[in-house]
Amino acid sequence: MLLDTYVNQIASGILTGLVYGLAALGLSVIFGVCKIVNFAHGEMMVIAMYLALVIFRWFGLDPLASIPLVAAVLFLFGYALQAGVINRLIDVPDHMQFLLLAAIAIMIVSGCLMIFGPDAQNVPLSYAYDSYEIGPILVDKVRVFAGGGAIVVAGILTAFFRWTRTGKAIRACADNLTGARVVGLNVQRLFALSFGLGTACIAAAGCILLMLVDVHPYLATEYTLLAFVVVIIGGLGSLTGALLGGVLIGVSEALAGLLIDPSLKSMFSFGLLILVLLFRPQGLLGKRVQ
Amino acid sequence: MSTSSRQVTRRQILAAGSAAALAGAAPLRRALAQTAPLKVGVLHPTSGYLAQIGQACNRGCEAALPVLKEMGYPAIEIMNGDTESSPDIARAAAERLINAGAQMLVGAFESGHTLAIAQVAEQRGIPFVINIAAAPQITEQGYKFVFRNFPRAGAIVGGTFDLQKQLFATSGKTPTQCVVLHVNDTYGTAIKGALNALFPKYNMPYKFSDFIAYDPKARDLSVEVAKAKATGAEIVLAVSRLNDAILITREMVKQRWEPWGVIAAGPGWYENQYMKTLGKLGDYPISCVPWFDPRKPLAQKMVDTHLKMFPGQTVDTNTVYSFEAMLICADAYKRAKSAAPQALVDALKTTNIKDSASIGPGISFDAKGQNDSLGLAAVQNFGGEAKVVLPLASSERNLVFPVPGWRNRA
Repeated sequence: MLLDTYVNQIASGILTGLVYGLAALGLSVIFGVCKIVNFAHGEMMVIAMYLALVIFRWFGLDPLASIPLVAAVLFLFGYALQAGVINRLIDVPDHMQFLLLAAIAIMIVSGCLMIFGPDAQNVPLSYAYDSYEIGPILVDKVRVFAGGGAIVVAGILTAFFRWTRTGKAIRACADNLTGARVVGLNVQRLFALSFGLGTACIAAAGCILLMLVDVHPYLATEYTLLAFVVVIIGGLGSLTGALLGGVLIGVSEALAGLLIDPSLKSMFSFGLLILVLLFRPQGLLGKRVQ
Repeated sequence: MSTSSRQVTRRQILAAGSAAALAGAAPLRRALAQTAPLKVGVLHPTSGYLAQIGQACNRGCEAALPVLKEMGYPAIEIMNGDTESSPDIARAAAERLINAGAQMLVGAFESGHTLAIAQVAEQRGIPFVINIAAAPQITEQGYKFVFRNFPRAGAIVGGTFDLQKQLFATSGKTPTQCVVLHVNDTYGTAIKGALNALFPKYNMPYKFSDFIAYDPKARDLSVEVAKAKATGAEIVLAVSRLNDAILITREMVKQRWEPWGVIAAGPGWYENQYMKTLGKLGDYPISCVPWFDPRKPLAQKMVDTHLKMFPGQTVDTNTVYSFEAMLICADAYKRAKSAAPQALVDALKTTNIKDSASIGPGISFDAKGQNDSLGLAAVQNFGGEAKVVLPLASSERNLVFPVPGWRNRA
């Protein structure tokens, strides 16, 4: 096989992996701060995809351009969900939280089925089939936009946590909840804010992903699973780790498909997961819990 | 002799009267049973990754009802079940329909699901008419209640090879290399096995450069297409479902790969959703599939009824074989004069329908419950419709091969 094929696929794997990473960022933010495992993660992404689809159909707005609007809607949804429902169950055993979020996930899927039906739907973008030609390398334009979008969103999120007062307060909650309460931070509000930020991040991922895949209500489950794999490999709660985990999965799937057998692509990402769990359970960039 | 022993008591009169009434009512009950609708449990994947195809199958079943009524067959009541694109759910859904009173089962499009349902039908003793499923093992298990009106994988592959030879002869272009892109589910594996087994017998002009297997639920097929492109094959033999056929086409355009054409052995490439989603890029793939014979009167009636009931939805393999499955059920019920499972099975065994809608001489089953007389057609997509291009005797349009490049269409 030609070297061009490998280079093309590695480039494609990196770009796809960045989108996987972005899709997992929201999960990482929510778990990192609220310690809640969001089992409705993929379903929330599907809501965002449908919103971007509707905006495209009604106003002709490109999914990339609709990110701020969809993120704002999902932020409000996430904030309200955490403030109104999840905060009340924050101290209950984990399995009850899991069930709560699983129930929300089922409700979202049923709602999407009722409103949009089971058919796969997509946005016919004018540049959907364009590629950049760099010497012998052909890079899919949509993937370049998607990968670039993922880096920008992750950069904005990192800057928010590092340089804003609210971001620092959220990190304080994540690092030491008791300490945060002692210094007078409104933990409940910060939790709701974090959940909202996480869902806004999921919304951005959904808008970007809509350019790559067709949306249907049953898409959610596989993306929830993928997000879990990505954040466990990258490290739960680490934003850079989530992106790194996504890229590792994207590239390993591409190479496994080329070198061995495309049917074994998923086996490699799950193999990577097992290796990380065995030798670095906190994830590649995660902090070890004492 | 005591007179008392000959006395007929009031109790005896009542008993005799009741017995006579019951005996007299028996034929009436049978007659009533014949006029009662036959409850047919229809099992398809109407949600999950095969949802669009499952819904197309359901439409085919529904379109059959008014046509059968017009033809004088007894009424059928459809009980829908969703296999949710999963064999486990298929099994549970079949159990549920039987418990709810289904007297026959029809389904289930996917071979893995069909195998699961066949086991339930056999255990519960309920006749099961398979509309679509090609894995050969389904009718090789010695089942007594399972009947299949669809070609086996070997027949599909043999028919595909025959049609390909006609295609190369008609177009005057003969490829030397063919790459196979196939799903790794029960159907895909069965077709791959048949390709390997039958290839030497058919003396094909090309060689297989590679077999590339993939998950039908894959979210990205760029690697698979890149690998296929790297083989330099002139034609692609695709064994697909629906979403993966769309993904493969998109990747071929993005990777600027323009082989002479895609020749599919099975579903995906002629589906309504495929053509709607891809527009002009969905034109020209050729599918070698069991199809309806556009010249048969019943096929014309089916197309007209389907168009009336479901405007905008095309008629394809899913429609015709689902339609015929209902015809088989109604025909068996009419001849059995009963909805009793054994009576229906006995009637199914002697099925002999000449006026069918599919390509082939008609519908009858061998000792294994298989209809082995069905034929294939090569259909090609033109402007959102699949038209028969081969065999030439049934063709509706002229074949286009090699197909125009992507840039010349969109």
